[in-house]
Amino acid sequence: MTVNPALIRKDFPIFERTVREGKKLVYLDNGATSQKPNSVIEAESDFYRFKNAAVHRGAHQLAEEATEVYEQARDLVASFLGGVSDEIIFTKSATESLNLLAYAIGSAEPSNRFHLAEGDKIVVTEMEHHANLIPWQQLAKRNRATLGWFEVNSEGRLDLSQIESIIDSKTKIVALTHQSNVLGTVNPLQEIVKRAHEVGAIVILDACQSVPHMKINVKELGIDFLAFSGHKALGPTGVGILWGRSEMLADLPPFLFGGSMIETVSMTEATWANPPKRFEAGVPNMAQAVGLGAAVKYLTTIGLESIHDHEMKLTQQLIHGLQSNSDVEIYGPAGCDMRGGVVSFSLANIHPHDLGQFLDSQGIAVRTGHHCAWPLNRKLGVVATTRASVYLYNDSSDIDALLLGVCDAQRFFARA
Amino acid sequence: MDLSNLYQEVILDHYKHPEHKGLSLEKDVQVHHINPSCGDEITINLTMRDGVVSDLTWDGVGCSISMASASMMTGLLHGKNAAEATVIVESFVDLMHSKGTSQGDENVLEDAVAFAGVSQYPARIKCALLGWMAYKDAAIQVHGK
Repeated sequence: MTVNPALIRKDFPIFERTVREGKKLVYLDNGATSQKPNSVIEAESDFYRFKNAAVHRGAHQLAEEATEVYEQARDLVASFLGGVSDEIIFTKSATESLNLLAYAIGSAEPSNRFHLAEGDKIVVTEMEHHANLIPWQQLAKRNRATLGWFEVNSEGRLDLSQIESIIDSKTKIVALTHQSNVLGTVNPLQEIVKRAHEVGAIVILDACQSVPHMKINVKELGIDFLAFSGHKALGPTGVGILWGRSEMLADLPPFLFGGSMIETVSMTEATWANPPKRFEAGVPNMAQAVGLGAAVKYLTTIGLESIHDHEMKLTQQLIHGLQSNSDVEIYGPAGCDMRGGVVSFSLANIHPHDLGQFLDSQGIAVRTGHHCAWPLNRKLGVVATTRASVYLYNDSSDIDALLLGVCDAQRFFARA
Repeated sequence: MDLSNLYQEVILDHYKHPEHKGLSLEKDVQVHHINPSCGDEITINLTMRDGVVSDLTWDGVGCSISMASASMMTGLLHGKNAAEATVIVESFVDLMHSKGTSQGDENVLEDAVAFAGVSQYPARIKCALLGWMAYKDAAIQVHGK
């Protein structure tokens, strides 16, 4: 199926509004968050309207129905990722998913497979979002482990030439992003997963920028854990996913303690429920989980392969257009191979904030700043960049508008 | 909202030709401030002699609003005594929080009233205030010395 943005936009009520005094909304900030289709908005509000009760508690009809739709959402996410339902943990965000892992691993006893001892190593990359850097950086500090990382080369790709010494025999964790939120680079997992498993390390994938935009099958990727956020994948805010391989989750200690996650409790002791409940303490964000279920259903109906093809066409158009402007510098791969629909660039003499403000006056929403990847920005030698990121509802007129906006901004700021 | 209201020519001019930029070798205090949401940075060197701002220089990286604002501020505060400087700073802070209802007091702020338009763009107020907050911090530190 080919993606028809005009048709798709009809499903997204936000495109009925205009911005900045009647201008068409050109939304190119999808790397930050996606817009929501009616089916998601309705699924979330219908939960409150018709089913609202605390899941997994109570014997009344509403509690049963709420539990049923909540668990259906889990099933939908599981099949979306190619996993099984008990491997899907609902969190409040991808950030929480990654922190859950870091804290759970950090508390593992010496007898536990996840135990992180003094001198053990955690490996990340230089292109991580703060959400997949700081939890590991701080875990390494707490447990006196060391932190190592893959550097980013001039093409915006990971330098894997030292893979054997970076992922060494001391390495217990390799945590990396599937697709850079700044560069758009898609990382080659096969080689990294192979090396990590060779030394007995686990692989944790930050899939926030990939899961919403490309077909993912966790089993085929061979990874051990994966995190993504609902709101970047057409879903509501307040819901994230942690997927973990069954045999991994079985041994992982809990992070948050409280209701629902226990098996037995006395005044001095407690034992834990099996996954996924062990990791879902308290009444969860039920309506949001149900909304995410509707989101992955929507994405599956359109088809992730089609969405990815569509995005890459737009990305190619954008990169070509920007390349024809001699004042533009693009950060990240110039080609479309192993790359997603995120393009960061700078414009000579115009700070990204000023460019972003000008584009906003034309109705064009982009992201400006360090994109929560400060170390990568330092590596690139820039304080900030402008980032455009596409999704299924964007079309080539959106890209044209951006390219024109960049030229108009150059004229505007040259006037003084 | 007309964007040229935000980006008045005097602002773009200060951005392209900043004043008092480049840190002086001697100073009583040095203050470094960053805007963690965007990465803009500023460093200012402040020297007070007999209660008067005798030297105020700055360096930094950031957008036209933050850099032009720092440039104009240093010019405005030079030669003012601590109390006068405080009046100017408070006047500018009030203008930034005016949500477009104030044009600013030209007698106090001179060219810096050009930033009045910024107050209608909530995300940019922090940019305009970056240098001013650094000065406020420096003034407190000097006072404590």
